[in-house]
Amino acid sequence: MKQVYQPMENKRVRTGKYFMMGNVACAEGAIAGGCEFAAGYPITPASEIAHTLAKRMLEVGGYFFQAEDEISAICAAIGASWTGKKVFIPTSGPGISLMLENIGFAVGIETPCVLVNVQRGGPTTGAPSMGLQGDMIQPRRGSHGDYEIIALCPSSPQEMFDYTVRAFNLAERYRTPVFVMADAFIGHMREEVAIPEADEIETTYRRIPKKGADLSTIKVFLDEEVAPMPIFGRGFKSHVTSSCHDEYGNRNLIDPTALDNFIQRLRNKVLKHRDEIVQVESDYDSCELALVAYGAVSRCAKEAVRVARSKGLDVGYFRVITPWPFPDREVQDLSHKVKKILVLENNSGQYYPYVRAEAAGRAEVEFLAPEILGQVHSLDYVAQKIEEMLR
Amino acid sequence: MRTDLIIAGVGGQGSLMAGTLLGTAAVVFDNKKALQTQSYSSELRGGAAITWVIISDEEIMYPRVVHPDILIAQAPQAIVRHLSQLKPGGILIVDSDMVKDPPRNGYELIQVPATSIASKEIGNSIVTNLVVLGALIGTTQVVSPDAVEKAIHISVPKSKVDINIKAFYRGLEHAPK
Repeated sequence: MKQVYQPMENKRVRTGKYFMMGNVACAEGAIAGGCEFAAGYPITPASEIAHTLAKRMLEVGGYFFQAEDEISAICAAIGASWTGKKVFIPTSGPGISLMLENIGFAVGIETPCVLVNVQRGGPTTGAPSMGLQGDMIQPRRGSHGDYEIIALCPSSPQEMFDYTVRAFNLAERYRTPVFVMADAFIGHMREEVAIPEADEIETTYRRIPKKGADLSTIKVFLDEEVAPMPIFGRGFKSHVTSSCHDEYGNRNLIDPTALDNFIQRLRNKVLKHRDEIVQVESDYDSCELALVAYGAVSRCAKEAVRVARSKGLDVGYFRVITPWPFPDREVQDLSHKVKKILVLENNSGQYYPYVRAEAAGRAEVEFLAPEILGQVHSLDYVAQKIEEMLR
Repeated sequence: MRTDLIIAGVGGQGSLMAGTLLGTAAVVFDNKKALQTQSYSSELRGGAAITWVIISDEEIMYPRVVHPDILIAQAPQAIVRHLSQLKPGGILIVDSDMVKDPPRNGYELIQVPATSIASKEIGNSIVTNLVVLGALIGTTQVVSPDAVEKAIHISVPKSKVDINIKAFYRGLEHAPK
């Protein structure tokens, strides 16, 4: 498989204003964020990301690999990441299901990679072109073992671009998989997308040990401040293993303290930097009731709050931008300042138990699914619930 | 001011393309806001194809079209599926070659023989959607004709620009004055 390598860095960022589909914006965001290797298998409703990358990656001197299945795609991407490439794996929920074993692998060996899940209606094959926020817990708890993950949740094509850029930066900064949790509604939505000038887009690249470094004396794993990555092809002699290991990559499967260290260091790499990662958008100061939502549904919640306030109702708004790591302190603050919380999701209540647990009796928490799963709530339906809760 | 539209037909009629041109005209050339979503069944031709378009002078927050101000029906099943959602007093635009005798109660009805204009007058039924789009813009001015013309230039293959623009203006002329 030989590809024509054409370095065309100037075309990496398609600066301008477009009426662009979310999935296309996501692909452009990946390229603007520095993606050099993308791998995938076609799947509705994410295919436009792969279509765009298959064309655009060659234009910018990168690679697009259409694999025989999603397992192959993520394995290729993990390998490419270990050669020093910024890697990207766009898919939908069924693809993530196949990738889960290797997502845990990427977490365990600290591999920067960006995954996009353009969520569709499930379980199983389900309804490929219908958007459901049905996989919200999957990135957090899908692979086995005890780990943390980072996930971002866009609500517009513009955010498909912006958050994909940010996902690359977070993946490189924390040497870990990062998820962009879109859904079919956002992925297939067209809206204004403003792509800035290349020099206005901040990009980060992972730390790498100095050339010629003796890795028996340098910690290249399990540093809570994020260890430099001993990528392949630079002459480093390093052991990369999915088994429990120490800071130098040496396996240790016998000491419980080694396992504790392995788990805790990986978790703390994310948790200790949660202030740099966690993002919410909120406006709820001492309201009676606040609406909590994310993704496409957050636009419904925000509009429902605007309408309710125009009727004089005391309603606030809390949008989760990074569902993982869970915005625990932010939800605690919310639950201190409002009396009631209404969680809106386009599913049967996946994130709701986490919000309710964090609010822990301080605020009364209720959940509202849309009238029809797979279709964002209508405003009248939300307004009715708001009035009921304020009665 | 926010205008919600549905353009509905069957696959191959260019309903989705008409919606994308409308959004491109609004966002890129008229400095308005636009949002488009779409749905189509898996048949490439003949299955239902629907697009929802919102055009607004201000930021669009709520992303769904629940009760459209305008329904454009390019096929009979569009009436069956969507006419009940149309706002009272809204506008129904139909391709009268495809939709015969639409119900007439409670809205403004505009009938355009778009398929025959495209195939007989312009010489290619592939631009039927542009005749329909022209009738919409002639009736509502939801975006400017100039913006649509520019959107056509950046959205269709070079060899097809002229025929698309011709179809668009023919539709525009057909709108009630």
